[in-house]
Amino acid sequence: MSDSEKKKPNRRDFIVTATTAAGAVGVGAVVWPLVDQMNPDASVKALASTEVDISAVEPGQSITVLWRGKPVFIKRRTQDEIDSARDVDLSELKHPEKDEDRAKNPEWLVMLGVCTHLGCVPLTDKGDYGAWFCPCHGSHYDTSGRIRKGPAPTNMEVPKYEFVNSNTIKIG
Amino acid sequence: MSDHEYTPKSKVGKWFNDRLPLLTLANHLTDYPTPKNLNYWWTFGGILTFCLITQIITGIVLGMHYVAHADLAFQSVEHIMRDVNYGWLIRYVHANGASMFFLAVYIHIFRSLYYGSYKSPREVIWIIGMLIYFLMMATAFMGYVLPWGQMSFWGATVITNLFSAIPLVGESITNWLWGGYSVDNPTLTRFFSLHYLFPFLILGLVVLHIWALHVPGNNNPIGIDIKKPSKDTVPFHPYIVIKDAFALLIFLLIFAFFVFFSPNILGHADNYIEANPLVTPAHIVPEWYLLPFYAILRSVPDKLLGVIAMFAAIFVLVILPWLDTSKVRSTVFRPIYKQFYWFLVADVLILGYVGAMPAEGIYLLIARVATAYYFAHFLLILPFLGFKEKTTPLPLSITEPILGGSPDMAMARDNSNYKKNL
Amino acid sequence: MRNSLKLTFFFILVSSLFFSKVNAAGEQHDLLEVDWSFKSFFGKFDRASLQRGYQVYTEVCASCHSLKHLSYRNLAEKGGPEFTELEAKAIASNFEVTDGPNSDGEMYERPAKLSDKFVMPYANVQEAIAANGGAYPPDMSVLVKARGGGANYIYSVLMGYDEPPAGMELDDGVYYNKYMYGNKIKMASPLDDDIVEYSDGTKATVDQMAKDVTTFLQWTAEPHLEARHKLGFRVIIYLSVLTVLVYFSMKKIWSRIETKV
Repeated sequence: MSDSEKKKPNRRDFIVTATTAAGAVGVGAVVWPLVDQMNPDASVKALASTEVDISAVEPGQSITVLWRGKPVFIKRRTQDEIDSARDVDLSELKHPEKDEDRAKNPEWLVMLGVCTHLGCVPLTDKGDYGAWFCPCHGSHYDTSGRIRKGPAPTNMEVPKYEFVNSNTIKIG
Repeated sequence: MSDHEYTPKSKVGKWFNDRLPLLTLANHLTDYPTPKNLNYWWTFGGILTFCLITQIITGIVLGMHYVAHADLAFQSVEHIMRDVNYGWLIRYVHANGASMFFLAVYIHIFRSLYYGSYKSPREVIWIIGMLIYFLMMATAFMGYVLPWGQMSFWGATVITNLFSAIPLVGESITNWLWGGYSVDNPTLTRFFSLHYLFPFLILGLVVLHIWALHVPGNNNPIGIDIKKPSKDTVPFHPYIVIKDAFALLIFLLIFAFFVFFSPNILGHADNYIEANPLVTPAHIVPEWYLLPFYAILRSVPDKLLGVIAMFAAIFVLVILPWLDTSKVRSTVFRPIYKQFYWFLVADVLILGYVGAMPAEGIYLLIARVATAYYFAHFLLILPFLGFKEKTTPLPLSITEPILGGSPDMAMARDNSNYKKNL
Repeated sequence: MRNSLKLTFFFILVSSLFFSKVNAAGEQHDLLEVDWSFKSFFGKFDRASLQRGYQVYTEVCASCHSLKHLSYRNLAEKGGPEFTELEAKAIASNFEVTDGPNSDGEMYERPAKLSDKFVMPYANVQEAIAANGGAYPPDMSVLVKARGGGANYIYSVLMGYDEPPAGMELDDGVYYNKYMYGNKIKMASPLDDDIVEYSDGTKATVDQMAKDVTTFLQWTAEPHLEARHKLGFRVIIYLSVLTVLVYFSMKKIWSRIETKV
């Protein structure tokens, strides 16, 4: 042991503690820009909403559009499909949601085409309920996009959208 | 390496340390006996470590947004500057960080030259340092190409054309470097790849540099060998750590001034013009830190000899430990060398200045004289001075000059006072 | 103390080297100096001047000069001209952009949205060169940073049109400009008094328009200038305080051994 080492004080001086604290704050402040740079940037955020022309969609047809890098299903439902979606007892559902809440305008169902199990894209007009079926792990969705059978935990998500006019939907 | 065997206090610590002696290493680093008379010129080692880590971190972040393609590179840099969250900050830190890194490395090198830190037994530290310096120049050069502005493109063209000076295989080598018949997209993508790789090579060399340093220990302003640990040393932590931190903060203030208030002053305006293979800028200059070598290159009228002179200017530094024949390390005790040392500093600054000027008329003449002097300093003056110079007497230890008191450089320099104390 | 003096000296030497480099590239005429509001440590843009500058750009420059790195949304962003989002949307909708392909596989024209990049006056560089007598009207996004004199240079060139000195021969389509490199420019003097009508009642003199459009171009080149100055001020304050704290900590720690630091 050298001479100088023996003189190490037992308690830290106040000024040293204050300095260490101030330095730690600075390091924290430096970390934030390095983290935040990975968040969606200004050009990505500017594309956060998209407008879709739905004038050409016939009853029973559905289209898929890309929104924020994910597929969005826009389905123009027939009266049968609307009826079958609304005639379900909520207690039968794994994730109880009224069709009235999912499709404000009953003719149009707009939802993220992403299976809530592990993110695959379900196939349209397939499965036990004649609506959507996810081929990855066998989740069956009904005509309201609600999970009825299979491993997916929740219904397919309905994004924020609005009718700009009778022919245009703005998603996001 | 450590003078005492270190045993961790906790059982878990001991179990782990027996298998991987990281705690021994940490203990070695904190207790590392450091000469207590190190001045602020010795803080640049820590500052340089900081610079390297800053460049690596900001560089990795920029790499997440940058696109290495001739058609998209410039645009992606503008994307970083405009859209990426804090992108402008990260890019300006990286770009100015390169300049600050070189500022620090030049001070570090000239400190070593002044205090003879390259001499026995520290030759290997010095040579590794020179390798780091060389890799730094290569890395910085390739980094400057990435924004794909006019200076990027023409700088890359001029520097890679240096290799065309090699007889017989010159053209094959340049074509190989370019991946084509001119600087183009393949050149850009390989420069990006290597620019990403080299900093990690530098990091590895830095570890070796520090390892090699910890074998003989630090040199010090008086340049004498000291016993470790002793009255002449202090443990690295907290004494040197806090001193390095203080110096680093002063350095950061200057750094921050550039980043926030003058971010483009160290760069060249032409690099905000997209690369155009049809138009050469009126006046091509490399970044400031390469200017002395650029001046040496241009001062030789022959293409091949110019390139040789430029590389020789770096190589002469590598063999410096054997060119300097003096047994005394510190310039403090070498009155004649001290004059020549400052001549060399002035000479390098002059070379840097004329490197930025057009290579014609008086500037060319100055560049030639300065180049000749640069080599004369290392190849003629240093070897002879070592034999001829009458050095002043050295103190026996750092604390010796004024027994028990603080080491005082003025006292150490003053012979009469020193003898009295003896 | 001696050491820090030496350090300062070295720093001044090195930095004088840069500045001499900058000056050496200078023109025959010293640039006109303007006391820009965005200069200095707390520099900010003059919002009204930015909006007027945008008007000058659109009505005068935009027919030849692109701003390809900007998007219409930038006009409404903080630190810029700060048009309202509605105003920016209205500006964008004046421009047609090509989008597609649609479900029939065809490209189609639609009004521009905030997320679109500024529409360019020419499809490509070759077309721009052909339409301008062989001289490429440079993209203006970072023009201020791409010229050694920065904002003063842009302003000076706009103000620098004059009769050529006696004995100077000028080809057709080449004009004399005091501040342009080589004193020859292929762009005719773009500004004339009252060439635009400012909606805020400011008198559109050549000098006023030159200042406004230069301010605007300074912003297009450095859209985060205000944020940079603001953050920079905070960082400098923080570092100064921490430096003082570390200095006293260092004194305290080194006082444990009798050695000066």
